[in-house]
Amino acid sequence: MEQKFSLEELEKRFQDKIDNDIRIEPNDWMPDAYRQTLIRQISQHAHSEVVGMLPEGNWITRAPNLRRKAVLLAKVQDEAGHGLYLYSAVETLGADREETIDDLHTGKAKYSSIFNYPTLSWADMGAVGWLVDGAAIMNQVPLCRCSYGPYARAMVRVCKEESFHQRQGYEIMMTLSNGTPEQKEMAQDALNRFWWPALMMFGPSDGDSPHSAQSMKWKIKRYSNDELRQMFVDATVPQAELIGLKVPDKDIKFNEDSGHYEFGEINWDEFWSVVKGNGPCNEERVETRRKAKENGEWVRAAAIAYSEKKKLKVAV
Amino acid sequence: MKNSDWPLWEVFVRSKQGLNHKHVGSLRAADAEMAIENARDVYTRRSEGISIWVIESKNVHASDPSDMDSLFEPANTKVYRHPTFYDVPDGITHM
Repeated sequence: MEQKFSLEELEKRFQDKIDNDIRIEPNDWMPDAYRQTLIRQISQHAHSEVVGMLPEGNWITRAPNLRRKAVLLAKVQDEAGHGLYLYSAVETLGADREETIDDLHTGKAKYSSIFNYPTLSWADMGAVGWLVDGAAIMNQVPLCRCSYGPYARAMVRVCKEESFHQRQGYEIMMTLSNGTPEQKEMAQDALNRFWWPALMMFGPSDGDSPHSAQSMKWKIKRYSNDELRQMFVDATVPQAELIGLKVPDKDIKFNEDSGHYEFGEINWDEFWSVVKGNGPCNEERVETRRKAKENGEWVRAAAIAYSEKKKLKVAV
Repeated sequence: MKNSDWPLWEVFVRSKQGLNHKHVGSLRAADAEMAIENARDVYTRRSEGISIWVIESKNVHASDPSDMDSLFEPANTKVYRHPTFYDVPDGITHM
């Protein structure tokens, strides 16, 4: 049916839909570049959810009490679920789920660099929930209005579930800050280590982000990297102050005129170095995921064999 | 697709008694029983449902979006199918 329109006409109709805020659904015509951009972005988002389980999984058996342990388990389980919603959204674009996962394992696909930093103390569970999930929510809330229907719907579910993730992290930080001097020092140390990597989660500055303009035109992105980063800083600095912690930036200053916080220069060399695979945990994270798939192969094969056997029994 | 890759299933959840099952997403599972168990874990972690349907995605047949005009446009021109199309004298309340 679509052949009756020229490519140019199809592209115009597509952009008109986007401009009128009509969502694009899986079977609708879409430009190849839009499809490829979404496959890349959504699969990398899915990988981030799955790899993101590792730094926190590290502390489940060592949580300080049963309440914290139950909460951390629930949070990590949510991240697994979020990865699944996103892999399902990728599949609606015609991508093969296992191939996208293999791209992670060969290093072809990236995931959020924040998960290449180690979680050294219990306070890091607080910093990760508060800052990392906080930054993720800042990114994901606008994605609920993304032009691609299945991605937007997945984001609605993710955002609804993630609101407790940030709160539980902040609660951990608050409890430590109100504790002994050593405990407060733990919280400050975690903030010191995670603050800058959290700001880097929003990606390169707008001037160095070549695909941003096209993604904005397609309404995959609604705010630029720098806008989102500023929103995060504005929201988070007062939260740190309220519990007696200090963000590790000597240049942080509230500007009365703009109503925003000014902050120091991000170390972009560190950012690119971690993206390129040289962070403290890059190899370990990918290796863990690769082994998980390899070691689970016989389970997947056995489950299929069992379902085939059951079908045969029904046939008889 | 390798032999060990599981088929895709569409998941429908009834949120409470009296409401219809609604599509919530998809997942992969080796068979229907596992699909229901996985759907429980993936889509109802916060009491979103009391009943789950799973259907293998390959069994879902869909209308073609490019046929949208010929399929659905005829309904748009038939305003007389709606009660608001008709004039009713003042004083008539329950009709």
